Amino acid sequence: MLSASGISKSFGAVRALDAVDLRLRAGEIHCLMGENGAGKSTFIKCLSGVHRPDAGRFTLAGEEVRFRSPREAEAAGVSTVFQEVSLIPHLTVADNIGLGREPRGFLGAIDGRALRERARRAVARLGLELDVARELSDLPVALRQLVAIARAIDVEARVLVLDEPTSSLDREETERLFAILRRLREEGLAVLLITHFLDQVFTLSDRITVFRDGGFVGEYETAAIGREELVRSMVGREFAEVERGPDAPGASGTARIEARGLRRRHAVENVDLTVREGECVGLAGLLGSGRSETARLLFGADRADGGEIRVDGAARRLEAPRDAIALGIAFTPEERKADGLVLDLSVRRNIELAWQARRGLALSRGEAGVVERLVRALDIRTPSLDAPVGRLSGGNQQKVLIARWLALAPRVLILDEPTRGIDVAARAEILREIEALRAAGTAVLLVSSEVEELVRCCDRVVVLRDRRSVAELSGAALDENRILEAIAAGHD
Amino acid sequence: MTEGWGREALRTLGGPLAALAVLVAFNALFTPGFLELEIREGRLYGVPVDILQQGSRIAIVALGMSLVIATAGVDLSVGAVAAIAGAVAAVALRDGGHAPGTAVSMALGASLACGLLNGALVVCLRLQPIVATLILMVAGRGVAQLVTDGLIVTFDEPGFAGLANAAFLGLPRPLWWMVGLFVATAAIVRGSNLGLFIEAVGGNAAASRLAGVPDRRVRVSAYLFCAGCAGLAGVLECSYIQAADANNAGQLLELDAILAVVIGGTALTGGRFSLPGAVLGALILQTLTTTLYMQDVSADVAPAPKALAVLAVCLLGSPPLRARLRELARGGGAAR
Repeated sequence: MLSASGISKSFGAVRALDAVDLRLRAGEIHCLMGENGAGKSTFIKCLSGVHRPDAGRFTLAGEEVRFRSPREAEAAGVSTVFQEVSLIPHLTVADNIGLGREPRGFLGAIDGRALRERARRAVARLGLELDVARELSDLPVALRQLVAIARAIDVEARVLVLDEPTSSLDREETERLFAILRRLREEGLAVLLITHFLDQVFTLSDRITVFRDGGFVGEYETAAIGREELVRSMVGREFAEVERGPDAPGASGTARIEARGLRRRHAVENVDLTVREGECVGLAGLLGSGRSETARLLFGADRADGGEIRVDGAARRLEAPRDAIALGIAFTPEERKADGLVLDLSVRRNIELAWQARRGLALSRGEAGVVERLVRALDIRTPSLDAPVGRLSGGNQQKVLIARWLALAPRVLILDEPTRGIDVAARAEILREIEALRAAGTAVLLVSSEVEELVRCCDRVVVLRDRRSVAELSGAALDENRILEAIAAGHD
Repeated sequence: MTEGWGREALRTLGGPLAALAVLVAFNALFTPGFLELEIREGRLYGVPVDILQQGSRIAIVALGMSLVIATAGVDLSVGAVAAIAGAVAAVALRDGGHAPGTAVSMALGASLACGLLNGALVVCLRLQPIVATLILMVAGRGVAQLVTDGLIVTFDEPGFAGLANAAFLGLPRPLWWMVGLFVATAAIVRGSNLGLFIEAVGGNAAASRLAGVPDRRVRVSAYLFCAGCAGLAGVLECSYIQAADANNAGQLLELDAILAVVIGGTALTGGRFSLPGAVLGALILQTLTTTLYMQDVSADVAPAPKALAVLAVCLLGSPPLRARLRELARGGGAAR
């Protein structure tokens, strides 16, 4: 039905998609999979006309197509429901379904009756019973999602693209959505689904395409591929060697930070873990397993609903990052540009920030030479200390973030995907730095989607699945296959 | 300070300085008597002095506004706060027989309460700054009316009137208030790490919070300071006309202050601010107003040329346009 070949797209110097292929048949549900940064969303935006690809071609039913806007794509029968539900809350269901393509009556006025009638048909096609005159904001999120789908197939859709439609749905609502998708499949629609829930992929899809780091990895028959093989294809990457330093004296000593039954609504359900002095503990799991959420809870960036966090043996309530910082905890977030750096401020100011913040309101004297020393120690390559940090490469930006915390000499360092999107050389330097900190006695918690990285850097690895900690591997049991097994295991 | 500081200052202030120079040059050529100064009774008189006197009030508010804007906010209520401050001071002088110092303290206290309200709405209730301060912009004038019973309150207190009308070293006092406030603000903001916090919070609030910056306190302080500046401007206006007019005091002050900040090279998106830029912006705005007045442009029409001039200054600061101009300059110098 639809095929994409050699699609490439760059944003500035960043190559988001590199010659990827995808083939979608009529009457199938096809899953597009990959970790963060794999290029899934960019691909969908190219397909639906939001972005224009730099190279490659799309063919729809044998004819080459080139959409310049989502509207053109829709008109040709390719409808997309994006991750953020793009409906208008204060309009009725019928208005939302018909928005931008209202039936016109006398003197070009909108024909309300025809509009509602068409909306009723679209809703009925999904097997929903819903008053189309209701305001969208009165409906629960799950129903809004279904209205978005009704809108998408209201036009003569031949291809339906759904970007993570289940991330805000509970199990029952998800089942309902799946029933509808199966129904659409029987009607001959081609459904392309982006999701990172493995269970859903195996219960629903016919075929799977995997992207990784903007590249095409493979196309698989769902029935013919195992969970582990699929996970491996999503997370494997080339790797740099890190030499392990000597253990710090008393490394197996005191627990620096512990989580017991940690939970937060829509984030994590039950997480236990311990990081000791001079130990590097890995946190493994797929996207959506709760790995970043756990890291944020341990830093007080989000508040836990239940469970306990103990720092140096004492139970603590972390209301805000400041509380965690006061206890010697540091955190580099996954999204370094959105949550880590102040891009317009200089390298120097970014490195100073946490240190100055801990001093509170005081004279702005820097501690002579600290920034310079850190920049040298981490080999941060910048034209000058006064250059805006936004001009640095990803690897150097990550080093700036790490330097910010090293200025505080933290006792616990939590790193969320410190090497994502970073070139091989810088990645090796960052991992070496982490290892040096561990050897010096820092308790390190390393969140990573790269299993190999975890195996090489960590003393122990805690595996999260479906927002719970499900396994802990150490010593001889700590190898790639065991981690992948634990990540991929189905429900009992 | 770091070595690049001088060049950095020139880069951000170059545009406004050039604009001011152009305005002054235009007036020197085409406005008779514009540059004439004379000394009477040890005091300087002339158009430039008037501009400094009038511009000081805008500059004082612009100083506060620039810090709020740097936190990625905005304060629309400064005009209303100025009216409240003037009303409180005038009523305290008339009815209470308070000393000028007490009246000023009461007025500034009332302004700070307004600032606290703004800050609480923005930070605790997470209202958008434009909405949160719009509330006080509208309601504040009503409050000022309540304070004055809807009347224009006059008083006879030479000490208070002197705040804005007397001269020091031959120059009008408001100029000195402004200079004092500028120096104090610059010393506090740039001398402590408050300036870093403000820019960090405005540049990326999430990242600042994760770095341990007390983002809520920083933002509330900015609104407090801005309201304090507005209060001072209100007191000076009240002192200048020796009356409090709840209806007209500080009218459109918010727009003048925001414009001054923008003309001074501070982006409304937050994360950066320039205190000298804010002062320069206020002076440019006032010079423009006076120029139009002296060119006999009627007050009804004056906003149009004023807007054009402001547009021109802002365009000079537009990154795409600057890049384009640079390209053109380079292209013109090359092959052709």
